[in-house]
Amino acid sequence: MSAPAEVLAVRGLTKRFPGVLALDDVTFTVRPGEVHALVGENGAGKSTLIKVLTGVYQPDQGELRYRGEPAVFGTPLRAQQAGISTIYQEVNLVPLMSVARNLYLGREPRTRLGLIDFGRMHREAERVLGDYGVRVDVRQPLRHLGVGAQQMVALARAVSVNARVVIMDEPTSSLEPREVETLFGVIRRLREQDIAVVYVSHRMEELYAVCDTVTVLRDGRHVHTGPLAETDRLTLVSLMLGRPLGEVGRQTTATPAGDHDGEPVLHAEGLTRPHQLRDVSLRIHPGEVLGLGGLLGSGRSETAKAIAGALPVTGGSVTVAGISVRTGSTPAAIRAGISLLPEDRKAEGIVPGLSVRENIALAALPRLSRFGLVHEARVDAVVETFMKRLRIKASSPHQKVGELSGGNQQKVLLARWLAMHPKVLLLDDPTRGIDVGAKAEVQKLIDELAEQGLGVLLISSDVEELISGSDRVVVLKDGAVVAELSGDDVTEDRLMRAIAAPTTAPDDTSPTIPTSPTSAEEAAVHGH
Amino acid sequence: MATDVVPRRGVPADRAQLVQWMQEYGVYLGVTVLLLFNVAFTDHFLSTENFRTQAVQVAPVLIVALGMALVIGTEGVDLSVGSVMALSTSLLSLYLGYGPLAALLVALVGGAAVGLANGALVAFVGVQPIVATLALMVGVRGLALVLLPQLEDVHDPTMATLGSGDLVGIPYVVLIAVALALLVAFAVRRTTFGRQLLAVGDSRPAAQLAGLPVRRVLIVVYVCSGVLAAVAGFLATARLSASDPTSLGNLMELSAITAVVVGGTSLSGGRVRIGGTVAGAALIQLLNATLIKHNLSPSWTQIAQAAVIVVAVYAARERGRR
Ligand SMILES: Nc1ncnc2c1ncn2[C@@H]1O[C@H](COP(=O)(O)OP(=O)(O)OP(=O)(O)O)[C@@H](O)[C@H]1O
Ligand SMILES: [Mg+2]
Repeated sequence: MSAPAEVLAVRGLTKRFPGVLALDDVTFTVRPGEVHALVGENGAGKSTLIKVLTGVYQPDQGELRYRGEPAVFGTPLRAQQAGISTIYQEVNLVPLMSVARNLYLGREPRTRLGLIDFGRMHREAERVLGDYGVRVDVRQPLRHLGVGAQQMVALARAVSVNARVVIMDEPTSSLEPREVETLFGVIRRLREQDIAVVYVSHRMEELYAVCDTVTVLRDGRHVHTGPLAETDRLTLVSLMLGRPLGEVGRQTTATPAGDHDGEPVLHAEGLTRPHQLRDVSLRIHPGEVLGLGGLLGSGRSETAKAIAGALPVTGGSVTVAGISVRTGSTPAAIRAGISLLPEDRKAEGIVPGLSVRENIALAALPRLSRFGLVHEARVDAVVETFMKRLRIKASSPHQKVGELSGGNQQKVLLARWLAMHPKVLLLDDPTRGIDVGAKAEVQKLIDELAEQGLGVLLISSDVEELISGSDRVVVLKDGAVVAELSGDDVTEDRLMRAIAAPTTAPDDTSPTIPTSPTSAEEAAVHGH
Repeated sequence: MATDVVPRRGVPADRAQLVQWMQEYGVYLGVTVLLLFNVAFTDHFLSTENFRTQAVQVAPVLIVALGMALVIGTEGVDLSVGSVMALSTSLLSLYLGYGPLAALLVALVGGAAVGLANGALVAFVGVQPIVATLALMVGVRGLALVLLPQLEDVHDPTMATLGSGDLVGIPYVVLIAVALALLVAFAVRRTTFGRQLLAVGDSRPAAQLAGLPVRRVLIVVYVCSGVLAAVAGFLATARLSASDPTSLGNLMELSAITAVVVGGTSLSGGRVRIGGTVAGAALIQLLNATLIKHNLSPSWTQIAQAAVIVVAVYAARERGRR
């Protein structure tokens, strides 16, 4: 067989879900050694296309060719055996199994007796993951790792099987800059080996950093394919949106720093939790966006969770507008006006089986009820407002949230918390997986909310977003506050330097990237 | 919780849709088919008397199944319901001296107490529902027998009326069951509690972070189940005019779970179908009646029931995949 010009190709692909035409006559081809960007708005059909390519879904119409021959993949396993390896948008590993098992699932090293050779598996897993900058106990269950580390495990797994095509659906959405660099290194290595890579991301810089070709989908239709170098950012964005993006990025934050004197709306003092938080204190004034900087595992998510009562603390206090809040109780924190948009939207955010409507109304139910009966008209009003305001794309408010595209799920969660009219909003990576258009909208929304007197705590794996969006940045390292940047000091350079500065903490001097949440946190969330 | 990216094994859309349709409406189809079969092939099927008998027999199962549906909706299960019925009948017999109303109240309090214990074990101690309720299933049956060691006749005019009387031709027992079904359906659909219940069942971590009173919801659910089982015990006692804590409610938990599952409520929580549960109970009842009327041995009844459960569980399993 002569080397085909394209390793994977689909023509005239159509996929329908009840009420949605997710893919409409899509053509998509990938050549060996090419890094092919697949872009489009939330709900454009990127993940669906990938799932059809890899046998998760069967197409309604269309032809799939793999290495020059017609192919049908009944299951993802078949696709994988054929050499198409995929990292899906939602991490698809087995949370209860050990990290090493996950890495080798289905191809475990065996002893001569045919039993799993755990010793070898653990040693190799440690070595492989070490290459990816993930240094953890590979015997612990996967769920004890943070989302970013889990993503790296998925990556290591996908790349270590013998693949001809590696598909990555938003692999960087929860990675830190350093890990993104590792990932790019891996991608370049794959390209040298003539392996094709399909790369989905909403982050423009990343596309331009690694991709050769770009395909744009809009509302399930193919609108453009071409060399990325010939398509500039603005063109790309307008191709995605079908309209020019009014303002790229946002204007500078409205309130100049220094305005925020007087009573803080949130005052957290001395939050402490063994191995995770060490005497973390911070204040947020009304109308202020406080950024929380630091590496993965530096305690940012833990700080947010501790403030929101979702993580018990052994010491410290939280005060909202001068009134002290009982720590360790989510309902108490919510009643006091604290809302948390959690990091792991799939496990801790959405309720997948309930509708968009019920998900949005979930936290606000007591307010939307009378005598324990849900006031449907009021729910409808709230749901309609937020679906419009955040442009949530769903076939109807009654569609199950589990069926929405990743970005739209995130918007539903944001709507849930905005519907609470909180005093303090803790946003743990709020624009994760959100498309460029919606990202600008969400950022604008955050600014607007701040102007209305809301205190916002912003965590973001996107450094640029953190810098441009925050009035002040508190930098965490190994669970302790190491620096505070305000005014003109809020720059990427300063932030990086604060993070890189040698730690003064005596108990942790290892240079590894700590991987966040631990079992204790998990236990707290599960309530037992 | 089902993952997003579970393989969907080469199922064409039309078959997938068929499966989905069967999950939603299969139980109603089953009931219709059985009804038509009986109309055609069973003598004296279309008599009011027959329908009355069937309805009266199914009423206690249905009432217990209502509570079970709520519990299963939270991804739990309540194995203690049969024993609660026994406790209920023992308490009734002991306190009937104070009048039927007082006795009923005591029985209901008994059921609620068992539910509270179940709920506390599950919500606060974190025991698996199946383990917690199994413990109470054994313990409560024992308690019922300690309270009332042997069968005792129940002579009470009010209870006799309730057990065998009727209102415009419909037995009280059936009316009560229907009223309770409507009440529970309303609670699931319209109340804050209902929404919270579904959220807790679907994703507990998410419900917790959304600030829902997860523990309270769990406890209330188990208390409801206990109280409903106590009501079923009360009605069964009224109908039999006797208290028999040794045998009353035996295997009731299985019948109730069957009705719920056959009715399309998934064992993985997040969903409660009251209409389906009613139909599920009716389906099992009709199936048994049909086989008995056609002189098949009880073992056949059990095999047929097992077959129906397998089909229902298969359908529910398909539902988990997207
Ligand atoms: N299992 C499903 N059932 C019903 N509709 C679905 C299902 N999966 C996806 N959809 C719909 O198909 C459309 C495309 O979704 P898809 O997940 O492919 O978007 P996406 O481009 O990956 O978006 P994002 O950037 O937000 O991840 C959306 O409207 C979504 O609601
Ligand atoms: Mg997607």
